Amino acid sequence: MENLKILLVDDEEEFVTTLAERLELRGLQARAALNGEDALHMIEADTPQIVILDVMMPGLGGFEVLRRIKAQHPQIPVILLTGRGSEKEGVKGMELGAFDYLMKPLDIEELIKKMQEAIKSHP
Amino acid sequence: MNFKNLWAGLTKSLLHESDHEATNRYRILRRNIFILMILITIMPLIIMAVIYQHEYHSSIKKEIVIPMQTLTHKAKHSFELFFEERLSVIRFIAASYSFEELSDQKTLNRIFKALMDEYCCLIDLGLINKKGIQLSYAGPYDFLGKDYSEQKWFQEVVVKGNYISNVFMGYRKFPHVAVAAARRTEDGSALILRTTLDTSRFDDIIASMGLNPESDAFLINRSGIIQTSSRFYGEILDHCPLSFPRGNYEPIVSEVRDPQGRDILIAFAPFSTSDYALVLVKPKSDVLHTWHTLRSKMLFIFISSVVLIILVVFKLTDTLVKRVKEADEKRELTYREFQHTHKLSSIGRLAAGVAHEINNPMAIINEKAGLMKDLVAYDSNFQNKEKFLGLTDSILKSVERCSAITHRLLGFARRMEIQLVELDLNELIQETLSFLEKEALYRNIELILHLADNLPRISSDRGQMQQVFLNIINNALAAVEDEGQIVITSWEEDSDTVGVSIQDNGSGMSEEILKSIFDPFFSTKQENGTGLGLAITYGIVKKMGGDIKVKSKQREGTIFSVYLPQKAKIGPGE
Repeated sequence: MENLKILLVDDEEEFVTTLAERLELRGLQARAALNGEDALHMIEADTPQIVILDVMMPGLGGFEVLRRIKAQHPQIPVILLTGRGSEKEGVKGMELGAFDYLMKPLDIEELIKKMQEAIKSHP
Repeated sequence: MNFKNLWAGLTKSLLHESDHEATNRYRILRRNIFILMILITIMPLIIMAVIYQHEYHSSIKKEIVIPMQTLTHKAKHSFELFFEERLSVIRFIAASYSFEELSDQKTLNRIFKALMDEYCCLIDLGLINKKGIQLSYAGPYDFLGKDYSEQKWFQEVVVKGNYISNVFMGYRKFPHVAVAAARRTEDGSALILRTTLDTSRFDDIIASMGLNPESDAFLINRSGIIQTSSRFYGEILDHCPLSFPRGNYEPIVSEVRDPQGRDILIAFAPFSTSDYALVLVKPKSDVLHTWHTLRSKMLFIFISSVVLIILVVFKLTDTLVKRVKEADEKRELTYREFQHTHKLSSIGRLAAGVAHEINNPMAIINEKAGLMKDLVAYDSNFQNKEKFLGLTDSILKSVERCSAITHRLLGFARRMEIQLVELDLNELIQETLSFLEKEALYRNIELILHLADNLPRISSDRGQMQQVFLNIINNALAAVEDEGQIVITSWEEDSDTVGVSIQDNGSGMSEEILKSIFDPFFSTKQENGTGLGLAITYGIVKKMGGDIKVKSKQREGTIFSVYLPQKAKIGPGE
C-alpha cells in the first residue's frame, strides 16, 4: 500500500485537494484532476495504480471517463464516487467495469479499505 | 311536465359542483330520473287503456243495439200483421156482401160466427150506414140503432177507408181496440163494417219476445198513452213517463235515464199503418254486464301494472343513482390520488435537487474536518489534542447525520422516478380529460379533439405525461371564458416525434408573461397558483427528451405544442 499512486478525479476542487492531502498524510501518492480531460491526460503521462472517479462532472461525465480508462487501461481499478445516493448509478458503473462505488460524503477509512481490496484483485 | 326542463335539470344535477348541494344532487337526480321513467312507461299504458276502453265500448254497444233493433222490428211486424189481417178480413166481407145482406141481422150473425171460428180476439161485428147509424150488430152488446155520426173515428173511416183505434176500456172494463173499414156501394152510399178486438193477442206477441225480468216492452200511441201494460212505466191508458225520438219508421235505440233513476236503452219503433209505436226497454247495467266485468279486469291489470312499474322503476333508479354516485366517487378518488402523487413527486423533485446541492458542500466539510483531525492526530506535540479531536469528531458526526438525511431525501425522490411504458398518447389525453370534463361541461366549454388515427405509441412515463397534459389543459380551462373552446390536436411530427397541441380561445398572454411562464414560482393566478405547474411540465418534457413551445396573442388565445420522442431519451431535465 505504501507509495500507492492514486488519481482523484472530481470537479469540486476543495474536496479533491483536501482528500489528496489526507491520503498523502497516510503515505500514499495522491494527485487530483478537476475534470475528465485532465484526468485522461494525467493517466497517459503517469499511469496511476488506482483511479477514484466522481460520476457527476461537467464536460466529460464520469461514466464516459470510466469507459475510456477501461478501453485504454483495463488493468487500472476504478472506484466511483456518487453524490446522488443512488445505487442505480453505482450498479451502472460496475457494469461498465468499475471495481466498486462509494457515496459522498466519504469515510476515508472505508475508501482505503476499498482501495486495498481493489489492488489485491488487480495484481 | 316539460321534458326539456326535466332533462336540463337532470344534466345540471349531475354536473353541479358546489359542495353544499352535493347531498341534494343525487336526491334531485333520483327524483328526475324517477319521474321521467314513470312518465315514459305509464303514459303509453294509459293511452292504450283509454283507446281500448273506447273501442271496446263502442263495439259492445253495436252488439247490443243491433239485436235490440232486430227484436223490436220483428215484434212490430207481428203487431202490424195482426192488424192487417183483421182489417183485410172485414174489407173482404164488406166487398163480398151487399149492403142488404149485411143489414140482415141473421146473415151478419152467421158471418160473425164463421169469423170467430177462423180469427181470434174478435168481440163483435157491426154494419154502419153512411149516416153513422148502426144497422146490424153481432156481438154481446145491444148497439143496434146507435148513432156514430158525431164520432171522430167515423169521419176518419169515411175519408180514409179504414181505421184502427187506440186502446180503450170497453163496457166490460177490459181493453179493446176497434177496427173499421168502409166501402162505397154502387148507388154511391157508404158501407162501414166495424169490429172490436180484445188485446190479449198483444200480450202474447210481447211475451214471445222472450224478455228477461229486467226488460220491458209495450205499445204506446202517438200522444204517449200506454196501450199495453208495462212492467215499469204504468198501466194501460196511463201516460208514459219516458220520452222518445220522433219520426223515422226504423227502430231507433237511444240511451236515457228513467224516472226510477235507471240508465236504460230504449228501442222505439213507430207503426206505419196505425197510431202505435212499440217500445223496448233494457236496463243498461244488464246489457253492459260483460263490459263491466271486462272493465274491472282491465282496471285490475292496469293498477297492478302501474304498481309493478313503480316498484321496478324505483328499484332501477335507486341502483342507477347508486352506480352514478359510486362512479363519481371513484373518479374523485382517482383524481385525488393522482393529485397526491403529483404533490409527492413535486416534493420529491425539490428534495432531490436540494439534497444533491447540499451533498457537495457536505463532502467538502467532511474532508476538511477529516484533514483537521488527521493533522492533529499525526502531531504528537499538539496542545489540546484531545479537545480538538473531540471537536472534529463532532463535526464529522454532524456531517454524517446530514448525509443520512440527504440520502433519505434522495431515496424518497427515487421512488418517484420515471417508469417507461408503451403508451398511446390519444388514450392518455382522453384519460386526462376525464378529470376535467366535468368542469368543461358545467362551464359549457367546448372540447374539440382532433386526434390522429394510427398515432405511433410512445415509450414514456404514464403518470408524468398525465401531469404534463393535466397542467396545460388546466391552464387552458383557466384562460377561457365560459362557453369558450379548447382544441386538442395530435399528429405524427416525423419518424420519431409525436406532437400534441392544446389551443384555447381565451385571454392570451403578453410578451412579458410569455417569457416567464416556465419559471418556477411564476404565476398569474395569484393565490390559486403555486407557480410550479408549467415549470414542472417543462421539466418533465425536457427530461423525456421532448420540447414544448408556446404561442400566444392577447385576447385571441394561446397554443401550447408539446413534442415528444417516440422513445424517451432520459436526460438530466430539471
